[in-house]
Amino acid sequence: MNRLRHFLKTWLLLELLSGLWLTFRRMFKPKFTVHVPEEKTPQGPRFRGLHAQRRYPNGEERCIACKLCEAVCPALAITIDLAEREDGTRRTTRYDVDLSKCIYCGLCMESCPVDAIVLTRIYEYHGEQHSDLYFTKDMLLAIGDHYEAQIAKNLEEDAPYR
Amino acid sequence: MIQWLADFFGSMGATGLVIWTMIKIVLITLPLPLCVAFLTLAERRVIGAMQSRCGPIRVGPNGILQPFADVLKMLFKEAVVPARANRMLFRFAPFLALVPAVAAWGTMPFSENLWLADLNAGLLYIMMMCSIGVYGIILAGWASNSRYALLGSLRSTAQLISYELAMGFALVGVILLTNTLNLGDIVRNQTGGFLHWHLWPLFPLFVVYFISGIAETNRHPFDMAEGESELVAGFHVEYSGITFALFFLAEYMNMILLSALAATLFLGGWMAPHPIFNQLPLLGDGFLWLALKVAGLLFIFLWVRASFPRYRYDQIMRLGWKIFIPLTLVWIVVVAVAVRWSALFGGGA
Repeated sequence: MNRLRHFLKTWLLLELLSGLWLTFRRMFKPKFTVHVPEEKTPQGPRFRGLHAQRRYPNGEERCIACKLCEAVCPALAITIDLAEREDGTRRTTRYDVDLSKCIYCGLCMESCPVDAIVLTRIYEYHGEQHSDLYFTKDMLLAIGDHYEAQIAKNLEEDAPYR
Repeated sequence: MIQWLADFFGSMGATGLVIWTMIKIVLITLPLPLCVAFLTLAERRVIGAMQSRCGPIRVGPNGILQPFADVLKMLFKEAVVPARANRMLFRFAPFLALVPAVAAWGTMPFSENLWLADLNAGLLYIMMMCSIGVYGIILAGWASNSRYALLGSLRSTAQLISYELAMGFALVGVILLTNTLNLGDIVRNQTGGFLHWHLWPLFPLFVVYFISGIAETNRHPFDMAEGESELVAGFHVEYSGITFALFFLAEYMNMILLSALAATLFLGGWMAPHPIFNQLPLLGDGFLWLALKVAGLLFIFLWVRASFPRYRYDQIMRLGWKIFIPLTLVWIVVVAVAVRWSALFGGGA
């Protein structure tokens, strides 16, 4: 009886037909496609996009040149030089992120004791040359100034899970 | 109107006949690439829908112009000839694949009086043209001087030879039933609604024919010849630009041809599914029904591609030699006995 059933199953192509039926039903179900750029996929507060450097509300830059991010960066994308400023504080003279090296792991952000370097939600950017993807301290600070509200909100939303 | 045109040119003697034939050739060969273009679009849309995505929808309204974008891209790409390839054969191979695919349409009946050649061995002619197409594939693989291309073409050849047999046997059943090789007569033998189609007495042969057809055209799930995962692209791995497009065109034309042949042999060709349709305007016997049947069969081609994983090489060979050929042989004997029986005793076959 089992052999007969197996025989019928094979010769009537039953399994193939059930496979075809599955794909046929699929055809009329709603599509999962997200129509970029008209639609966008939702982002969480932990989204790791373009880098930014933040300032304190009084306008002072946060970074204290501790070099933790440079040390932790697995792709060696961050380069930091530092010097003593006139007022005696320790500050970076150079803070470069090579985006063509960066793997967007977010370790720099996690290692930062003063929340200076952060990853924003920006992901639609490009460079026409290699050098366009080399971001200096001024550029990072400018990004931070521009998106500070969003960055602060992200950090606040994510704080309970840290 | 076709009849009127035929009479008009017929009245002009030999010149008129030549002109009329030329017009028919153009009428057949020009829409074919267009059909192929929209078949590729349909393929991407259908498979997309079956995988819960959209497919191409950006170029033109709802992606309708996508094939033209593809063709333009192909045209502007450089056709590279590999350094150590056999240049002559390398250039020649795509044409050897394409020409038979077009030429085979010569004896295909589109409606009662619209066809190029009313050949009394039309079926043999089409089978012959289908077989010649494989030389293009062999040559492409050989001339590319690449191991992937060579392996792909070898697989393809072995596969085509195996499945040509099963396909040929499936067609023998039709010939037994109709006593003719003329495609028009085969269709006329199925007059009188869908119950008279050859599909019913020859159902196993139809299934075998269609599956062999999928294998013949190297389509999924029998696309060993271009198995992406192991052979990159198979026999046309070294082809680029317009030469690649020619292979592509040939493959899709063969698909349409096999569907048209299946519609003609098993599904009543240009006949409406029921004589009642002849009472209605525009819905009577004619090209429309052939087109609809071909479209349906092509949909199955795409459907199968979206549904099944690729066969392994030895599985393909096993299916061809150990299952299809014995199955068709048995069913041919059954058909032969039935035909003989009805001839002797006057019963219905």
